[in-house]
This record gives sequence, structure tokens and C-alpha cells, in this order.
Amino acid sequence: MSKLAEQIKGAAKKLLTEKKVDLVVGFTEGSLPLRGTPFFARTPEEADQLTWNLDCENNLANYLRKKPGKVAVVAKGCDVRSIVALIKENQLNRDNLYIIGVPCRGMIDRRKVAELLSGQEVLAIEENGDTLVIKGNNSSVTAKVADLLHNSCRDCSYGNPVIYDELIGELLPEKEAADFNEIKAFEAKTTAERRAFMNSEFSKCIRCYACRNACPMCYCEECFVDCNQPEWIGKSAYNVEDNILFQVVRVFHLAGRCVDCGACERACPMGINLRLLTRKTVKDVKELFNAEAGVNLEDKPVLATFTNDDPEAFLLKE
Amino acid sequence: MIISKKDIPGFLDKLISEYQVFAPVQEGSFTLFKPISSGTNADLTAANTKLPAKEIFFPQSEKLFSYNATEEGVKVEEVLDEQKKVIFGVRPCDARSLVLLDNVFDNDKFQDPYYLTKRANTIMIGIGCNTPLSTCFCTSVNGSPFDTKGLDLLLVDIGDAYVVEVVSDKGKSLAEQAGLAAATDADKAAAAKIKETATITCQVNTDGLKEKLDTNFYWPIWDRIHEKCLGCGACTYLCPTCHCFDIVDDAKDCNGCRVRNWDSCAFPIFTLHGSGHNPRTSNKERYRQRIMHKFKYFVDNFNEIACVGCGRCINNCPVNLDIRAVLEDVRGSEARLDS
Ligand code: SF4
Ligand code: SF4
Ligand code: SF4
Ligand code: SF4
Ligand code: SF4
Repeated sequence: MSKLAEQIKGAAKKLLTEKKVDLVVGFTEGSLPLRGTPFFARTPEEADQLTWNLDCENNLANYLRKKPGKVAVVAKGCDVRSIVALIKENQLNRDNLYIIGVPCRGMIDRRKVAELLSGQEVLAIEENGDTLVIKGNNSSVTAKVADLLHNSCRDCSYGNPVIYDELIGELLPEKEAADFNEIKAFEAKTTAERRAFMNSEFSKCIRCYACRNACPMCYCEECFVDCNQPEWIGKSAYNVEDNILFQVVRVFHLAGRCVDCGACERACPMGINLRLLTRKTVKDVKELFNAEAGVNLEDKPVLATFTNDDPEAFLLKE
Repeated sequence: MIISKKDIPGFLDKLISEYQVFAPVQEGSFTLFKPISSGTNADLTAANTKLPAKEIFFPQSEKLFSYNATEEGVKVEEVLDEQKKVIFGVRPCDARSLVLLDNVFDNDKFQDPYYLTKRANTIMIGIGCNTPLSTCFCTSVNGSPFDTKGLDLLLVDIGDAYVVEVVSDKGKSLAEQAGLAAATDADKAAAAKIKETATITCQVNTDGLKEKLDTNFYWPIWDRIHEKCLGCGACTYLCPTCHCFDIVDDAKDCNGCRVRNWDSCAFPIFTLHGSGHNPRTSNKERYRQRIMHKFKYFVDNFNEIACVGCGRCINNCPVNLDIRAVLEDVRGSEARLDS
């Protein structure tokens, strides 16, 4: 990891020194154990603060739309998929973007890490190859990195950036696509059970919209929840139906566009299982159209195209 | 006074018969203040609850009154929660946050009946923090792990029992009614020892901060400091001292209710005018407002910093925008970037 961090610094410094870009968006050391935090380097000196570790979990594609000039971005697999999807939606200009691709084995989930210390605060996390040493006040646990990954990372088969201008480190061996077992199990439940799950999950929602704001694909000038004429949705959070409506509409707006990066779920302070919904659309889009979002520049965005043999089972009633 | 840990459920059960009792309750990976129906539900082992205790007095969505219009006329019914409450197991920072919020909801211009009725009818039983989190910085903002401000009773965990310190008359009569035993000198000494050993590892220097904020509104510091902020409501909604709200009508036809909802300065529509003009055009102005409000405007108005150092915003910000680092940067800010 530290080797990758050095290479990232080097690449960023070079780009800034040669004035090929105005800005490098990457990660620097954060303020919590093993936390990478988004960082914006505009000078070679600032580039020295860039880093790379197992908790660079934010999707940096989120920042790119708003940046003028030539911008380089340190991008792992899912960030690149979002970038590709945004390029195809005319939200990013490929010519103004320099992608420093980083093959990614997955980022660790701090919630899973916290569970290991059963209630004690995690004070330090040390990377040690394939294992992590997690330290609390008077205890220390060693665990496999593979067991602590975010679920989205565990299931991700696009750790290698699908496009890049420069690659840091080596491409990783191809990983097989994960199954959709969790989604299938949810689909197999009765309507009442699914409803009960949604009610209990979304009674926790505080309508902070961190999920929406963390998602690189949620970029509407005015989100439907913020609009009050017409008022599409109730603004009060005591009504779980409105909390569900918000999330369901958000997820529908992302159908065929969601790259399953998990950024929304990670951002949620209330630990709500959002990926169950987003990944359901990923599964449907895959099954219905044999498509995945952001995996190449050639395919058109799947829900923005029409072919004569599109399945339209939902329109037909026999 | 003293109460043994095994007597806590019984103590709470007795309170439940007379009061609506709130206590931290396990909710998956965190705890939340919830009304409890049995004393065994309270969980005092975890550190701070995910949402602060302000939620009980100033709920995220609060019905103020309901109305319905018929041919006979309009009927308006005020919704005022007058239930007697006990908040059990509140941390000193959360208790202090309510003392700060009192300034907002009770001053010479406004008295908010919804908030104040609940405040008046509530007894606050706090618990000191033997092991503060690494993100707790209460001592930097006029608090401490065993601060009694805003409390009626304070519990100090000495192992098998809690030493109960009486802070107010309300607390005194509650403790007497419950028939708590007197603490021995040894118990008191144990409590004093615990208080000494509890250490806050995190300090935030606020020297000169207010003076900087008095002058640096237009300085370049604000151009970059917010840059990674997503503009979500996580930090404001989880903060025990944030108190901005919006008022809406939840109505169908002529029947409905007026509701007060939390709002956040981080949202673009927070300052959107009816004309379409928005004086806080970007995230920069919004993030600056969050810092200015807590560390300058609140100080101007009420002579107190509107932050109790609970660390919730630090632990829950999706991009690790750490208020401690922000304050340090603000303190070091210069009028020009190159000077
Ligand atoms: S909806 Fe969630 S998982 Fe999908 S692209 Fe947005 S942030 Fe990523
Ligand atoms: S939820 Fe929908 S309307 Fe709101 S920002 Fe996302 S895509 Fe746009
Ligand atoms: S981040 Fe979580 S709590 Fe916030 S609006 Fe989204 S689902 Fe609700
Ligand atoms: S500081 Fe963090 S929690 Fe607060 S609005 Fe910005 S991104 Fe959200
Ligand atoms: S600003 Fe942060 S640390 Fe201060 S009281 Fe609010 S949530 Fe707690």
C-alpha cells in the first residue's frame, strides 16, 4: 500500500509540475484510524500529502463534475465505472480528465472492524499484508482483510479500472462476477415480509440525504425531494412511508446507472441497508438487458436506448 | 447516595410507572434514546448514542397543532406533550447541549412552548464518562466527562455500583423517593478516583478562534475548507446543538397538521428565497455558516460556543471532514493565501 501511495504521489507531482492538470483529486490521511479522506492537490507540494490505504472508500467521481479546468483523479475500479457512466451522460468531458487508475482489492468496512472489538473504540488499525491488526484501549485483534471488506467490495468484479490514462501498480487477476443470493433471498420473501423489512429499516432514516449526496450519479439540479411545488413527497421524517418513497424513487432514478459502488450505504449514518435496493436494480438490469453500468465507453446507457427486441414483459398482460 | 448496578432495572421500573422514561437502547450497531417499557432495556455500556438527547425535546418532526375545516368552521387543536419524563443515562455533553439550546428556545424575544414544556417536565439523570472516546473534546469547549450542567442527578460508575451525585432539588427528591442508600466514604473516594483517571485525549484549541471568525468572513480560507463536504445533513442532524428548523403543513384537503422539521444549513434549499434567489450560492457559504454559527454568532448572541465536543460529526461525516482540523485551519487563517 505504501508503495502505491508513493507512486500516486509521484504521478500527481509530475502532472502538476508539468502543468498537465490544474488539480489532482485523491486521498490523504484522515483523522480516524486508517481513514483515507478526499484531498485536492493543486501544487506539487500539496501532492506530497496524497496517500493510498485500505480505507479510501469514498467515490471521488462525485467531485469531478463541479471542477473547472483539467483535472486528474486517483480512481479505483468503482470510481472509474462512475466516471465512465458520467462521461456517457455528458456530465464529464473525457478530454479534461486524466485518470490515475488504481487496481483495487476492496476497501475495509469500519463497521465490521468495530464489531471485532465488541463495543470498545477502535484506536488504531495497522495494515500488515493480508491481515489487519485492530487495537482498542486494552485489546488487540488480528483479522483477515478479506473478511472486513465492504459487501460491495466483496462482490465487485471491476477492481481493475476499465479505462485509465496511467495505471498505478499491477492489474489484478480477473474476479468472477458475484452471485445475487442476498437479493434472491429478499425477492423470495412475501410482500408482507418485504414491507416489514422496509418499515423497520426506514424507520431509522433521518432524511439527511447523505446517501443521495455521496452518489456520483445523483446530480440533478433540483432533486425531487427538495422540490415543493409540486411537493412530490412529504418532508417530515416521522412518516416512514415518505422515507421509503424517497429511497425507492432515488433507487429507481439510478436503475441502469448505479455502478454498485456502495458509496450511498457507506455514507448513511444510520447504517441502513441501502444496497439491497440498489443491487436489486443492478440484478434486474443485468437480467433484462444483459447490461452493466459504466463498464465501457461504447455501450449506450441502457435505459437511454431502445431496441426492437427489448423485453417489455411489464407492459404486457396475457 | 449509591445504587448498585443490579438494582438499576428495578429503579427504572418504578420510574416507568410514573414517568415516560427514556434510556439508551441498542439498535443494531449503535444506541438511541427510546422510551423504555422495562428497566432491563436500558444499555449504559455504550458510549454516546447515535442521535443526541436533543431529539427528545426538539424532535426531528414535531406536530405543533392539527386542524380541520368543516362546514361548521375550523377546528384547531394544539399538540402539546405534557407527559412527565425522565431521561436516564444521558452523557454530560448532551445534557450541556440542552442548556445551550435553552438560550434559543427561551429568551427575551421568544419562548417556545413545545420545547419548554418538555424541558420543565423532565428530570435528567446523567452518567459520567469513565472512558471518553478519542474523538471527545468536551474539555476544550467548557464541558467535562463529569460535568453536571443540565443534570438533576449524575451517576458515577465505580464498578458494581453507581455513586449518585445530587445536582438539583428535582434530583434530590427523586433520589429520596427511590430510597437510595447513602454512599460510604469509600464509595465516594472511589468515585473521586474514577473522575480523576478519566482522561480526554483530544484537545481543540479555541484561543483566538472567535477573533478570527470576527474578521475572516471573506478570506480565502473558506474557498478550500469545505471542498470535500458533500452538503448532506449528517453532521447537523446528529449534532446536539444544531437547532435549525423548517415549518410545513402536512395536509390533505382542509385537514392536516403543522409540523416543525429539522433543517440543515448544509442544504441548498435552506436559504432559497421565494424569488428563486439564493444568498448562499454554494457549499462554501453553507459550510462557512455552520462554523460561523457555532463559533461566532452563537457566541455573539449568547456568549457560549455552540459545540459541546461530543464528536458525533467527526465519527459520522461520510468524507471525514473533521471539525477539529477545520477549527485549527480557521485559527491559522490569513487574509491572503500568500501572506
Ligand atoms: S446508488 Fe449507491 S451504489 Fe449506486 S452508484 Fe450511487 S452511490 Fe454507488
Ligand atoms: S434521487 Fe433522483 S431526483 Fe434526486 S438527485 Fe438523485 S436522480 Fe436526481
Ligand atoms: S443516508 Fe441514511 S439516514 Fe440519511 S437519508 Fe439516506 S437512508 Fe436516510
Ligand atoms: S461535513 Fe460531512 S457530514 Fe457535514 S455536510 Fe459535509 S459531508 Fe455531510
Ligand atoms: S459540532 Fe460536532 S462535536 Fe460539536 S456538538 Fe456538534 S456534533 Fe458534537
